[in-house]
Amino acid sequence: MEQVKCECGHVNPHGTAFCESCGKPLQDVGEKRLLDMRYEGSARRSQTYKRTIIDQIWAFFSSVKVGVALIVITLIASAIGTIFPQQMYIPPNADPAEYYEKQYGLAGKLYYELGFNNLYGSWWYILLIALIGVSLVICSLDRVVPLYRALKRQGVKRHPHFLERQRLFGVSRVNDPDDAIATLKERLAKQRYHVREEDGHLLAEKGRFSRWGPYVNHIGLIIFLIGAMLRSVPGMYIDRAMWIPEGETKEIPGTNGRYFLKSEQFIFETYQKGKENEAFNAAIDRVGNGMIAKNYQTNVVLYKRVGPVIAGAEPKLKKVKEYAIRVNEPLKFDGYALYQVDFRLGEPKAMSFQLTDKRSGASFGTVHIDLYNPKEEYDLGRGYRVKLLSYFPDFEFDEDGNPSTKSRVPNNPAFVFKMYAPDRPKGETSFVAIQQTIEPFGDNKYKMAFAGLETRNVSGLTVRRDFTLWILGIGGAIFMIGLIQGMYWNHRRVWVQRVNGELWIAAHTNKNWFGLKNELRRLLDGTGLTMPADRLEEGKKARQGGQAHGTA
Amino acid sequence: MVQLSSTLLYTAFILYLIGTFFFGGSIRDRRKEREGKDRWSQLGIAVTIIGFLAQLGYFITRWIAAGHAPVSNLFEFTTFFGMMLVAAFIIIYFIYRLSVLGLFALPVALLIIAYASMFPREISPLIPALQSDWLHIHVTTAAAGEAILAISFVAGLIYLIRVVDQSKPSKRTLWLEVVMFCLITTLGFVVVSTAFGLSGYEAKFTWVDKNKQKDEMIYELPALVGPHEGKLTKDSADRMEPFLEMPAIINAKKLNTVLWSLMAGTVLYIALRLLLRKRIAAALQPWVKNVNLDLADEISYRAVAIGFPVFTLGALIFAMIWAQIAWTRFWGWDPKEVWALITWLFYAAFLHLRLSKGWHGEKSAWLAVIGFAIIMFNLVAVNLVIAGLHSYAGT
Repeated sequence: MEQVKCECGHVNPHGTAFCESCGKPLQDVGEKRLLDMRYEGSARRSQTYKRTIIDQIWAFFSSVKVGVALIVITLIASAIGTIFPQQMYIPPNADPAEYYEKQYGLAGKLYYELGFNNLYGSWWYILLIALIGVSLVICSLDRVVPLYRALKRQGVKRHPHFLERQRLFGVSRVNDPDDAIATLKERLAKQRYHVREEDGHLLAEKGRFSRWGPYVNHIGLIIFLIGAMLRSVPGMYIDRAMWIPEGETKEIPGTNGRYFLKSEQFIFETYQKGKENEAFNAAIDRVGNGMIAKNYQTNVVLYKRVGPVIAGAEPKLKKVKEYAIRVNEPLKFDGYALYQVDFRLGEPKAMSFQLTDKRSGASFGTVHIDLYNPKEEYDLGRGYRVKLLSYFPDFEFDEDGNPSTKSRVPNNPAFVFKMYAPDRPKGETSFVAIQQTIEPFGDNKYKMAFAGLETRNVSGLTVRRDFTLWILGIGGAIFMIGLIQGMYWNHRRVWVQRVNGELWIAAHTNKNWFGLKNELRRLLDGTGLTMPADRLEEGKKARQGGQAHGTA
Repeated sequence: MVQLSSTLLYTAFILYLIGTFFFGGSIRDRRKEREGKDRWSQLGIAVTIIGFLAQLGYFITRWIAAGHAPVSNLFEFTTFFGMMLVAAFIIIYFIYRLSVLGLFALPVALLIIAYASMFPREISPLIPALQSDWLHIHVTTAAAGEAILAISFVAGLIYLIRVVDQSKPSKRTLWLEVVMFCLITTLGFVVVSTAFGLSGYEAKFTWVDKNKQKDEMIYELPALVGPHEGKLTKDSADRMEPFLEMPAIINAKKLNTVLWSLMAGTVLYIALRLLLRKRIAAALQPWVKNVNLDLADEISYRAVAIGFPVFTLGALIFAMIWAQIAWTRFWGWDPKEVWALITWLFYAAFLHLRLSKGWHGEKSAWLAVIGFAIIMFNLVAVNLVIAGLHSYAGT
């Protein structure tokens, strides 16, 4: 590798802008121009090598311009995704192809055809995020290594050219430079500067660690992105739905038969006027009494299976704990979390009918039908019995006009009964649905009179287990630490040097020049030393030439 | 307690208004270059602090009355955002002692609080999803972050008013006037809503929604545009008939409010232009002509440097933690989440451009204005127009 030797004797890597040790500009940047202090003028790979294809890729991704462009493209794409709801937020039974056009017209149709209905899961959006990730890694590596090297090797004694090309720079003549330097040294130390002295020159430095902030937060981001990427690995996380009716015990999906859950009760409460804090009355009045939800809760018992899983055999269960699952209060066990997410109130569970003589109204016994597990035949004794010929839990007429069922959930149960009595040994057929009875083969003597409906509430729970959460957590924490480190501290340096009987003072900070200037004023107050001038401001004033409406 | 709470908010509002005039006074004073201490600024900041304490009192008493932190609906959240804006201003003021910042930050806070007051103000009980300590933690931190970022906008605006050459029309003067027009339109919305609110205007329509269901819609402003197949009901028969009927996929009532605000904003803007005989920004220029541009730039940047980590913590990290607890997943691409991400990406780009590409001064000031526009979009449009899971914030 080519190297550049500075007149101070320090050997710098090829591409260095000014000497790592003494700060003498190695590349001529014209007279009196301020030094570009970003990355300490260090030799970055991306700026130095541009020959091979790898160099070019490296240079491409290490460019902040490219990074910002990626961020802005991602930003615009993300915004487009919020114009219409994403597919996951449209009703689950709707056909997206129709839904978008029907709800949002031509724009909706176009939105769907461009694939924006699943924008955040699209290959190109994920590619954008991945490119940002690559850019983060390369950008950071390209800068942090040479920056570390440059800051580590910086010398106390600086070349005069380095000092006079700093933004804050001033020259003082004092009678007793030793005394002035001693005072300054003491004051700098008091301001918690780390002061190094060499041949009567000073380098005071504080907050260097804040220079690592950006790289620390980039590491946090990369860890976070890795965590997010791991979610596509099967088994890293479980997301299952579970519907459980009151009174039932069910295996918890995703636990491989190890855990069971019993729902004792589902509770749905609303805010009722008179029972609540009076301050809520106005709000309750506006929305309607009993219209604002107060609580969704499932009281459950968690069981663990004891012993091995034997197919077909009834599992042996051991009670683990009782818990009330509420929104914001999931049940947690063994890395799993059970959330209250949905419910169905008053779902039909069982129906009762009485076999009745239509004319006399006399009843010959009650049939109790479990809507989830109906029997084929119900014997009422004394020669009366009822056969269930067909059962439609969610009754409708299909396209051909025949009775059929929409689903297995008993939302609208309908039955075809055959009623046997001592005087009707061949039986009478009756079709019974909610609020209607059809007698397909003429007038019957008997009927199945509705005698009651048993309902129950069903809780909709989500089962989750996520092995990526801790990675995301660590990534997020590191990101925050890096951000605070870089934003709430700054790296300040003050150089004090004797040059030809004068005292030269230069200062630099990576941000918050206002703070540094105030600090310098306090440091120099009463020492008789000249406050270094802000040469950036001076330059501007000179260019503006005193105009009232100059541009900066 | 509820009464006391509203009185305190009202007091704070008046005090901020007075504070604005004091800060204005301090600038006039300086123009005469009188010697001695800047009494106007001292009075201004004192009044602002008392106003802030009054609003803090509003916040605490309302918290006690409701039993939960008053950040659970659009009125409460936006008011809190205004309060945080004042808090951020006070802090920045004590760092930089720039009076002109008060002259611009307080009116922005006033506009925000006035805007908030146009939404239902009653104390609402918490729905199950909101019953969590994370409500206080997430919402307050996010609002604080956005408020600090808003100070960056205020400083950027001062920078632009000072620096944009008003001697001839250009793209820059045009865009600066657009910013002024948006601020004035917000005022227009407040004026129109207050005027018709005080008169108790109400027009009830029956209409047919996009699923062909009949429904009712109550307008609080005279209907310029009516809902799909909308008809005034009997008790509203004397109300104004709309000029235009909207298709079912457009929320006619919200569009109507937007149209009214734009109309009022335009009228106000034109009236001001006629009165001042120059651009609004040009009329403001003398107030900022003594501002040190580098200091304004520094404040704009510093506010982002302080606000960005707070915003990240509140609007993304705390948000994700709570979403994992309440909604079973830490991220769900809900519009509000996405716009928080967009805000974050934008300020990330801002910082990178500033640190590495040297976008200082005017470029940086324009970016600060755009950043604030994104925050406002997330506050206004995402709650009222896009409305996803966070839509409870709009009811």
